[in-house]
Amino acid sequence: MARNLRLLGFLALIYASLSISGAAVIRPINEAHQSAALELFVPINGSFGSLEETYEALKTFQILGVEKGAEISHATCPVVVEKLGSSLSTSKDLFHALRVNSILGCQIDSRTFEDVASKLQALIKDANSLLDFHYAVGGLLYIKDQGINVILSDADGTFHSIKALSQSDGRWRYDSNSAESSTYAAGIALETIAGVVSLADRKLDQSKIGIVKNDIVKLFDSIKSYDDGTLYFDEKHVDASEYKGPLSTSASVVRGVTAFATVASGRLNIPSDKMLGLAKFFLSIGIPGSTKDLFNQIESLSCLKNNRVSIPLILSLPSTVLSLTSKDQLKVEVTTVFGSAAPPLTVSLVQAFHSDSKDTPVLENQELQFDSENTIHYLDIIPLKLDVGKYTLIFEISLHDPENVNTYATGGRTSLMSFVTGSIKIDKAEIGILESGAGGSETLQKLDLSRDSTLSLSANHLQKLRLSFQLITPLGHNFKPHQVFLKLRHETNVEHIFVMESSARQFKITLDFLGFVERFYYLSGKYKIELTVGDAAMENSFLRALGHIELDLPEPPEKAAHPPPQPVDPYLRFGPKQEISHIFRAPEKRPPKELSLAFLALTLLPFVGFLIGLMRLGVNLKGFPSSTVPAAFSMLFHAGIAAVLSLYVLFWLKLDLFTTLKALGFLGVLLVFVGHRTLSYHASTTAKLKSS
Amino acid sequence: MHPLGLYLTSFSYQEIEKKLRMAKSTSSDAQMLIRSLRTAYAATPTNLKIIDLYVVYAIVTAVIQVVYMGVVGSFPFNSFLSGVLSCVGTAVLAVCLRIQVNKENKEFKDLPPERAYADFILCNLVLHLVIMNFLG
Repeated sequence: MARNLRLLGFLALIYASLSISGAAVIRPINEAHQSAALELFVPINGSFGSLEETYEALKTFQILGVEKGAEISHATCPVVVEKLGSSLSTSKDLFHALRVNSILGCQIDSRTFEDVASKLQALIKDANSLLDFHYAVGGLLYIKDQGINVILSDADGTFHSIKALSQSDGRWRYDSNSAESSTYAAGIALETIAGVVSLADRKLDQSKIGIVKNDIVKLFDSIKSYDDGTLYFDEKHVDASEYKGPLSTSASVVRGVTAFATVASGRLNIPSDKMLGLAKFFLSIGIPGSTKDLFNQIESLSCLKNNRVSIPLILSLPSTVLSLTSKDQLKVEVTTVFGSAAPPLTVSLVQAFHSDSKDTPVLENQELQFDSENTIHYLDIIPLKLDVGKYTLIFEISLHDPENVNTYATGGRTSLMSFVTGSIKIDKAEIGILESGAGGSETLQKLDLSRDSTLSLSANHLQKLRLSFQLITPLGHNFKPHQVFLKLRHETNVEHIFVMESSARQFKITLDFLGFVERFYYLSGKYKIELTVGDAAMENSFLRALGHIELDLPEPPEKAAHPPPQPVDPYLRFGPKQEISHIFRAPEKRPPKELSLAFLALTLLPFVGFLIGLMRLGVNLKGFPSSTVPAAFSMLFHAGIAAVLSLYVLFWLKLDLFTTLKALGFLGVLLVFVGHRTLSYHASTTAKLKSS
Repeated sequence: MHPLGLYLTSFSYQEIEKKLRMAKSTSSDAQMLIRSLRTAYAATPTNLKIIDLYVVYAIVTAVIQVVYMGVVGSFPFNSFLSGVLSCVGTAVLAVCLRIQVNKENKEFKDLPPERAYADFILCNLVLHLVIMNFLG
């Protein structure tokens, strides 16, 4: 069991080392994004919440080619119609409603559109913040797309108002009052200016377009880069309230720049590498976990897919692990960001470096063949004489059509990591016990490391254990794996691990037990021997039990170190805990029930005696008032005393002190009143008797 | 016979005789005493007799509880204390009532017995509220 677990951990380690290198690989958008979109955007009763979220969901589905429109429009269209018809809707509401409508195509008559258009035109006149312009201009653009003739009346003025918010470094401010400039706002501003240009009744002045182009170039100077060559935009000042994060910011800029490039005449002077770096940034995110991130990623990639600046082409490896055993081909895909075919081109492997020798390339200038059926460029690796190991491959793309060179961004040389794996041959494995003195008889056994063996060796502290073997790659070279460990484990689970070093074409270890007596804590007895050989490029990595060795070590001296306590098996934590025994107070000795009842009866006896005594004294009730009112008071008086006493009984049985005192307060007042009346009546009658 | 011995003898005779007489008179004295006590007590007003009866009743009940405690042990000690103190307390209050009601006591001549009785009732109610609280 334990060994299996260990083997499993070992395999997991190899897998992890493979997947780490795999994570850096950039792959185009594929079906995984579709299913992620379907999982993230889940409509509740045919609606996604706000219109903004609905638009994000619908746009993502539209780009990824997922059919969802029909079931959404049923619930969403009434909301859109209501927002467009309402006089309370802000420009933001109208903008989102028009955006959603542009995808769903709800039944809205042209009069409504015209009303909304004139409302937005009016809003533009009063607008003073960037977002106001953005929503109003964006809304007008969507109305124009519906076939309504919309012309921005004062395009020049609007352009100036927006441009007035720009800063010298290409960033924009949200409004004239705010001091901070923002990259995110720059993206919005560019998108809005693009809208103004396409809504204008006549062509805007070329010099104005030129100024904005300069702004964009300045903005791209502030682009930031990660180590893997991906580029992104981020805010210069991280302000907690308006900070959006690199993904939102980059998406905003890409949206703005591509929209502007579409409407502006002439080319934008942006290096194609930067567009490719941005595309790689969005792709390197993989599959985002939130709806907003997924929308930003997919929408900006769709902007990049058809932009007029330069269309990024992504070079990727479908598989980064190439097995020599199964004669894999080195396959390379060149596609757009959404995985569609690239124009005719040739891919060549410019250089390939082995991870051990980073300066001298093992391969140079290999042209890949093109499989037009699968649109894959491939290269057979067997004739290349590539040995197992980790390689850095450097590719270059050359487009066939020289006209395409300006349209597409290939990014010059692309460097990718790849593993070449193969089966390693294990040779000349020998194990044996050597005598310590020179010229001892060498009795080395042959060992088959392709399966577990059950050796049985014995040695004392004057002898040595020797193990040696060779590892040979498929091409006949020596192979040096990452991990070669020999492990000796005593019956008491005390483990000793030795790293085996390679020397002169073979791995060899000689354990002189005399030097290890102290390290072995003088523990004689049976030691299990295990050998671990593992490498990411070795297809037959193994963990073998070789058998055991019976060690006879000298008695420990008095001051010898004790073996360290073995770690507790982690699975014991899930086992049953030790039972907890509670100590309770012993119950008090109680008398038998009959005795207590007898005494209860006995305590009642004096009361009987008291009654008998009263009768013998001739007590009577003649003093009880005869007339009605005093009699009533007298009776009330006695009833009051009885009530108080029974309240005490209730207090004893179940009430608490506060309830009792509250009730006693009322009863007491009553009793005092009634008692006073009764007793004063008695006193007056006695006084009368006396006087008479 | 030695004169001193005679004297001694006669003395001892006298002593014995005297003792015999004394013994006889003690028992008759006790009888007389009790009789005079009873006759004197018969003259006590009835309402005082009732109070005396009540005091005796309370004390006897307390004694029974103490006996029970001696037989069984004092485990619910607060209950035992409550029971005994309830009886003793009410007996003490009854004695106070008797002192105030007695006409012979000149000290309380101005105090009407109704007022004393009201005091008795009030004190008993307070006493038993405490007792009930302590009973547990």
